[in-house]
Amino acid sequence: MLFKLSLRNMKKSFKDYAIYFLTLVLGVAIFYMFNSLDSQQAMLQVSSSTRDMIRLLVDLLGMMSVFIAIILGFLIVYANNFLVNRRKREFGIYMTLGMGRRQISGIILLETILIGILSLAVGIFIGVFASQFMSILVAKLFEADMSEFTFVFSKDACIKTCIYFAVMYLAVIVFNTLTISRYKLINLITAIRKNEKVKIKNPIISILVFIISAVILGYAYYMVTGGVYELDTADELLKPILMGIIGTVGIFWSLSGFILRVIQSNKKIYLKGTNMFVLRQLNNKVNTNIVSMSIICLMLFMTISVLSGSLSIKSALDSQLNEFTPIDVNLYKTAYLPESYVNSYTGKTVYNTETQIEDSKYPVSYTLKTNGYDMNNLKDIVEVAIYAIPEWTLETSLGNYLETAMKQFSMLAYDTPETVIKISDYNKIASLYGNEQYSLNDDEYMVLCDFDQMINIRNEALKQNSNIEINGKTYHAKYNECKYGFVIMTTSNMNGGIILVPDSFEIKKENTEQYFLAANYNADTDDGRQEIENTLIGSENTEFVNNIKEKGINLDGNSKISLREASKGLATIIIFIAIYLGIIFLIASSAILALKQLTESSDNKQRYTILRKIGCDEKMINTALFSQIFIFFMMPLALAIVHSIFGIKFILSILAVLASPDELLPSIIVTAIIIGAIYGVYFLATYFGSKNIIKEEE
Amino acid sequence: MSNVLEVKNIEKYYGNKTNLTKAIDGISFNVSEGEFVGIMGASGSGKTTLLNCISTIDRVNAGKIIINNQDITKLKGNKLNKFRREELGFIFQDFNLLDTLTAYENIALALTIQKENPKQIDKKVKEVAEKLDISGILNKYPYQISGGQKQRVASARAIITNPKMVLADEPTGALDSKSARQLLETFEHLNKKLGATILMVTHDAFTASYAERIIFIKDGKIFNELIKGEDTRKQFFEKIIEVQTLLGGDLNDVI
Repeated sequence: MLFKLSLRNMKKSFKDYAIYFLTLVLGVAIFYMFNSLDSQQAMLQVSSSTRDMIRLLVDLLGMMSVFIAIILGFLIVYANNFLVNRRKREFGIYMTLGMGRRQISGIILLETILIGILSLAVGIFIGVFASQFMSILVAKLFEADMSEFTFVFSKDACIKTCIYFAVMYLAVIVFNTLTISRYKLINLITAIRKNEKVKIKNPIISILVFIISAVILGYAYYMVTGGVYELDTADELLKPILMGIIGTVGIFWSLSGFILRVIQSNKKIYLKGTNMFVLRQLNNKVNTNIVSMSIICLMLFMTISVLSGSLSIKSALDSQLNEFTPIDVNLYKTAYLPESYVNSYTGKTVYNTETQIEDSKYPVSYTLKTNGYDMNNLKDIVEVAIYAIPEWTLETSLGNYLETAMKQFSMLAYDTPETVIKISDYNKIASLYGNEQYSLNDDEYMVLCDFDQMINIRNEALKQNSNIEINGKTYHAKYNECKYGFVIMTTSNMNGGIILVPDSFEIKKENTEQYFLAANYNADTDDGRQEIENTLIGSENTEFVNNIKEKGINLDGNSKISLREASKGLATIIIFIAIYLGIIFLIASSAILALKQLTESSDNKQRYTILRKIGCDEKMINTALFSQIFIFFMMPLALAIVHSIFGIKFILSILAVLASPDELLPSIIVTAIIIGAIYGVYFLATYFGSKNIIKEEE
Repeated sequence: MSNVLEVKNIEKYYGNKTNLTKAIDGISFNVSEGEFVGIMGASGSGKTTLLNCISTIDRVNAGKIIINNQDITKLKGNKLNKFRREELGFIFQDFNLLDTLTAYENIALALTIQKENPKQIDKKVKEVAEKLDISGILNKYPYQISGGQKQRVASARAIITNPKMVLADEPTGALDSKSARQLLETFEHLNKKLGATILMVTHDAFTASYAERIIFIKDGKIFNELIKGEDTRKQFFEKIIEVQTLLGGDLNDVI
């Protein structure tokens, strides 16, 4: 009997269940997709180092899933609570008919289980199909071969999803039972007749608060973009975040009053059709939902900036990678090792062996040759010495500008010696890399730098006083700004400053900091290059690798292949976590927004009935309802988009990634599609749900 | 005087073949311009069904309803809505004011949904508020004003569009006696001074006594008709009570 009742209830209140069901299905599908990653086909096709990267990604996603499950848990309890509240009267009737609380709990229990099983089944079904698409995405990101397509179903992910969601449903059941046990019959029966007082705000205060909030937001925006260089500690960073939150709440507190006031002053718009009614409805709704609107706006903001930020970092990294890795390999080692040094972590004195010290007196090619490396593997070899002169530190370079710089950037190590390279040496590297070459007179020097923040500091210093006295001679800067260039290949602009000096500049041999070698692999194919890479990096047991290990010689290296894989892996991990979190946040905010709208449907129903009675036709009513819900959904999204414009700029600037609008565009489009799809589905579900509710009992 | 409303032999059934209820069983009457007509009857007599049919909310199964020379039983869809919006004004027992809108906006809404010129709206609302003595409360919300004031706001909304006929459904049902009296005086004023045609459904004899003519309905048929004529309101009231006793309606209705 109870079962029949439950089943019929579900059928009857299917419209109410739509949002709840949608949320559950989406939650299950997303959960399955991201947890089935390790068994997806793309995994079988990638290289071993990439597979390690994916293993790390899967571990991270697994940990995230716990967090996600908690968010989803809260969301489901909230959504379910909405449903139970909406059916208070129904439960009241059951109780007057003599049904006990236990039986009512039983009905809800059955309904929860039924809808739980149904949503799990549908969700996993969708998840399995969607994960095939994700597999293609993974393959693309990791450049795996996906020419042969096989359908993959992950049993582990399926079981994991079922267990996690079973726990969530259990929480819902416990919560429901608690709620029901607290109900009083009188409240259940009269639940519908509860009319809220309309909250009215003083319009002048609204306008004032709106303007103040806008100013606060504007200043916060400035802080994270124009004034970003002053944000160098965590405390400083809290300021714009706090201001952003306060500004957002303020905006929602005052927005509807402000808009109302503005539109009221224009009678042509205000006194047209149902505009007046729609505005008042919104005013009422936003005023009663300030906190949730603010939270939703901030969640959307996170979603948008995390999604498009991560996607654009990825595309920026990809396009810069080509520029940063012009050749196959860099090898370098510390020159003139001291007899002993103090390990800064352990505090212990470490002694270098004689072999190590002897080896460090010679260039990299010496190490390669003496340890039996086949030099035919390499071509286009360029070898240079990189110096560090104790007398020429960052402090020396900055000169008069030092004090100002120290105020802004207290954490820079100003007493570190600068990296110095002779001009002809640098030109050899520049020629190999395809970068610009320079020339210097005997009393000139110049600075190369591509790290944004350092460029600013150094440019200021070069403009103010560029003369440097060293070894009793005065050198002045050829240019009063930094020039672009780098020596060691990295994955981004990380050259904080290299000083180029004329060849006549006197440097003691002992001041050599590093010996550096740049070369290409002597191979024409990717496989050939990979093979040569293996002989160097040490994954293979070659004679050279064994010799070096034995002698304890520390030869560092960067290769195009390893840099690319690291960069790709990093970007991909960021993207996956961003998409996972972003979508869940998006679902949460859309669902809450939708439920908020539907909660007030009984009040709305009364109002729309009145409209109908005084002669509004269905078209007018539908338009009014549509615009009301549309604006209600758009308000947090619009503010979130404005927030995100500055948020993304901030993310890009702290990561020092240069992204041109062209590179940003695709990621913004992808973000817009994801948000448009999920947000749109919830919007439509809300619209049709509300439409049905106001149509009832005609 | 021309007829604003002609009801011709209308019938309205509920139920199915085996169990047919005739809510209205062949009612005919006319209302001429500027008349104040009351319709009385006990609960279940069919008076609300009759009002719903006239107000185009419900449809008749047979017969004709002609309002201002137009047969509304032939109208459909948007035309019906347009007709209702433009030719009829409504006053309900529970006011049906929108709680989110001020009194001013509630009145103006009736015009805005007719796509009236915004410049005219402000003028018209102030005019009608003046006439109904609610100028002082125009900027208040429904929950801030009394029941009587609410019903006057609702009346203002009903007549601002210059309808051919105002339909009132138990307008004093939710009011205390003082407010009820005030409202009925307002109706009288609307009828006498502004020439509004009013059709009012009520089961309360006192309320009905303000009308000029009363049609009694029992079991879906017209049972009797009373015309005030030269009577005072007290005499008219006593006549109404007499008919009600004859009707044998609810004892409760006969106070």
